[in-house]
Order: sequence, then structure tokens, then C-alpha cells
Amino acid sequence: MKLILHIWRQKNAASAGRMVRYEAGDLNADMSMLEALDVLNERLIEKGEEPVAFEHDCREGICGSCGFMINGVAHGPQRLTTTCQLTLRHFKDGDELYLEPWRAKAFPVLKDLIVDRSAFDRIIAAGGYISVPTGSAPDGNAIPVPKDKADRAMDAAACIGCGACVAACPNAAAALFTGAKITHLGLLPQGEPERHERALNMVAQWNLEGFGSCTNLGECEAACPKGIRLEVIAHMNRDYLAASCRRR
Amino acid sequence: MSTTAVAVANRKSLRFYDTTVGKKAVMAVSGIILFGFVLAHMAGNLQIYEGPEKLNGYAKLLRAMPAALWGARLTLLLMVLLHIWSSVKLALLNKLEARPTGYVRHKNQSASYAARTMYWSGPIILCFVIYHLMEFTWGVGGTPYLEGNVYANVVAGFKVLPVSAFYILSMILLGMHLSHGLSSLFRSLGFDHPRYTPVIKRLAVAISTIIVIGNISIPISVLAGWVK
Ligand code: HEM
Ligand code: SF4
Ligand code: FES
Repeated sequence: MKLILHIWRQKNAASAGRMVRYEAGDLNADMSMLEALDVLNERLIEKGEEPVAFEHDCREGICGSCGFMINGVAHGPQRLTTTCQLTLRHFKDGDELYLEPWRAKAFPVLKDLIVDRSAFDRIIAAGGYISVPTGSAPDGNAIPVPKDKADRAMDAAACIGCGACVAACPNAAAALFTGAKITHLGLLPQGEPERHERALNMVAQWNLEGFGSCTNLGECEAACPKGIRLEVIAHMNRDYLAASCRRR
Repeated sequence: MSTTAVAVANRKSLRFYDTTVGKKAVMAVSGIILFGFVLAHMAGNLQIYEGPEKLNGYAKLLRAMPAALWGARLTLLLMVLLHIWSSVKLALLNKLEARPTGYVRHKNQSASYAARTMYWSGPIILCFVIYHLMEFTWGVGGTPYLEGNVYANVVAGFKVLPVSAFYILSMILLGMHLSHGLSSLFRSLGFDHPRYTPVIKRLAVAISTIIVIGNISIPISVLAGWVK
């Protein structure tokens, strides 16, 4: 199998980049998108060229490291699938693909397809945690959690911080990511005490990082490999508004 | 990919209206009030089908309550200013700042046409509102104007084809604006529920359609000669 890949090549954060066309051969339908790049990189190294830089770690869809735009869609055309889990069988032999890094002011490109997502780390640092001393694990049912809340918190906790929501959003908003964290922690009794403080601080940090605003388009939800739903954005807005009314 | 975390915000870093969430809440609340006006305005104007006495009588009734009339006008003006100021601030952020380098390829997967064109439908509605006031409130729209005779002014105004065409176009854009806005505002204010949100979305489209049909029926009736 062969693919024509147009890939964003950029030496470093300071340099200008451009799209470069590659013919990637020796591929097969069972390979993942990242493996296709591995094969291409081997050929590039053999020729003495600089390999394409991309981020990856687990390659099983759970760490959130990987991801780039494939023909204008974050993580490519397959829904609920990270780039590392996207196999080539979703493409036809000879298909032309455009691979570009996530684009957002808050996600500067470091090299080729790699962007700096530290902005997400700082949003987490602003309130995406629970400030209780960690000791030994508490008894399983010491704190009762209603089933539906546990389920919704778990669904929101599935966010792997990949950044596809920002990349897919026409406004480069970080609403789905921030909403997922606020919902995940705020629904649980352990997160309840800091619920309002968390919403105020995380929303402030999202804004200070230079992400755009949510216009309720739903592009993030469509792109999210973990199926995070727009509902988390409503949850975040509700917590933020309630916190703003009550703050002293 | 991560570097050391520095410069973390706290609740005091940004005030309510400084944040995108705060501005969207202001847009939602001002949008609801403007929507209320749009509904009431349409209900009032549909009295045109009951003849000149009825419509002109209604206009006179409003004029007879100057306090309420001016209260409503000032409230609406304030809402318009808040709605527009917030949308301009957010538009500048979204369109100019948040993504300095665009994509070579970009495909939308879910956003409706109406949702993607809010930044177009809004300003066109504003132009329409200004012309609408010039024509029927201030009498400087270039169509025949008789102080106090709303019925005659409307009929004379809509007989002019370009005026009717612009009116109809603007109403369609208002309908699109509301078909997204009326459901979007629920999420902006913190409400989204798997059972109710799909219903709200359908209702938003239905109500927007009713507003479009109700309002454009007037110029169409004038052009067709049913109302004269
Ligand atoms: C009769 C007049 C109008 C009504 C009833 C109305 C109503 C609404 C509503 C309900 C929303 C949804 C708010 C939300 O998502 O929370 C909205 C959004 C919006 N409106 Fe209006 N609007 C009107 C006029 C205007 C005008 C004159 C402009 C601009 C000059 C404008 C620009 C926008 C924009 C850009 C949005 C999207 C904001 C965003 O999602 O960030 N609107 N409008
Ligand atoms: S919400 Fe979804 S798309 Fe956004 S960072 Fe989390 S997993 Fe990725
Ligand atoms: S490499 Fe871990 S999610 Fe793709």
C-alpha cells in the first residue's frame, strides 16, 4: 500500500514551516498512522534526511501524547480513535493525506507535527486536582457516590489531554478539556469542597493561555477520541457562574 | 510534551466579564431579552391583518405609555450594546488571536451552517435594525412616511421591492441566528441534559421558523396586494 503524504515540516519553534510532499510506500492496511510515519522515517534516515518528528508514547490510545490533523480532521476520519489507533485500512491505496500539527496560539509548534501543550498542564495546575493529603487508600465504600454521578465523573475522566478538541475548534477554545476536568472532579464528593474555586481558577487559566472562546459548535465533541460530551462544557459554565455569584 | 509549570492563575486573575465564559453568559442573557422583544414585536405587528384601525390603535396605545415605552427602549438599547460589545470582543479573540496560523486543510464535522455564520448574521441583523428604525420610527428611510399612521407606512414601505427583499433576507438571517442561539444559550448558562437538550434544539429551530414566517408574511402580503 502506498500513500501520498503532505506533511508540515518545521525545523524548530523559531523557524517558518511548510508542507512537504512524500510518497510513502511499503505500507499495509494493518499499520497504524504512526507506523506509516515510522516506515517513512526509516526511508528518510536511509537517504540521510531528517525524519518527521511526531509525538507518541503508549500507542494504544490511552496516554494522550499522539495526535495531528489528518486531512483537516483532528486524529483523522475515524471517530473515537486516536492517531496511534487509526489504522491505514480506513484509507485507500494511493490516497493523498495532509498531516498538520494542532494549530492554536496556546499550542506553539516545536518541530514538525509536535506542539507544546504545557498550557494544558497549567490549566490542570490551576485547579485540576483535589487538595487532600494522600495517605493509604480509603475503604471502597467509605464515601458513598451515587451511581449516575460516578458514571458521569468516569466518562469525563476519560479525557487524555490530547488537545484534539482545541485543534478541531474553529476558535481554538479549550472548553471541552477544561470542562472535562471540572466535571470529573466536581461531580465527586472528594472534589466538591473545591468545586467553585476550581471552576474560577481553571477558566481563568484557560483564558490567560490565549485559547479562544466556546461558540457551541460541537467540533470538539466530534473530534474527541474519548467521547467527551458537550455536557461537560455546560457543567463548567454552571460551576463558573455559580462560583462568580457566590465569591466574596 | 511539557515544560515546567509557571504562572498559574488564581480566582483574582480575571474578573467575571474578563473571561470568555462570563462574556458568553452576558450574550445569552441579552440574547434572551432581545428574543423576547422579537416575539412581542412580531405578535404586535401581525395585527396588520386586522386592519388599519387595529394596528394604528396598538401603536397609539404604546405611545400613550411613554414611561413603559422608554423603559423598554432603553433596556433594549442596553441589551443590544452588551450583546454586540461581547460578540465583538469574542470575535476578535477567536478570529484574530487564538489561531494565528491556520490549517492548510480544515474540515468541519458537526457545526451547522447557522452556527458557523453567527458572526455574519449578527452584524447584518444590526444593519437591518438600523434601517428598520430609520424607515418606520424616524421616517428617514426614503419610503413615504406619515407620523402616526403605522399601517400606511408599512404598506408604502414594503411596496418598494428592494426594501421588502432586504427585510426578507434579514428575517431569514435572524431565523438562522436564533436557530443556533436559542439552544446555544442554554449551554452558555450551564444547562445541557441528554433528555432535554435534543428537544430544546428542535424547539429552537421551530420557534425560529415561526418567527421567520410570521415576519416575512407581512412584506409578502403587501407585495401580493393582500394587504393594502
Ligand atoms: C434581535 C436581535 C438578536 C437576537 C434576538 C440575538 C440572539 C442571540 C442569542 C440567543 C445568541 C446565543 C447566545 C449564546 O450562545 O449564549 C446569540 C449569539 C450571537 N449573537 Fe446575537 N442576537 C441578536 C442580534 C445580534 C447582533 C446585532 C449581533 C452582532 C452585531 C449579534 C451577534 C451574535 C454573535 C456573534 C453570537 C455568537 C456568540 C458566540 O457564540 O460567542 N447578535 N444571539
Ligand atoms: S476532551 Fe477529548 S479531545 Fe479534548 S483533550 Fe480530552 S480527550 Fe483530547
Ligand atoms: S500514543 Fe498514547 S494515545 Fe496515542
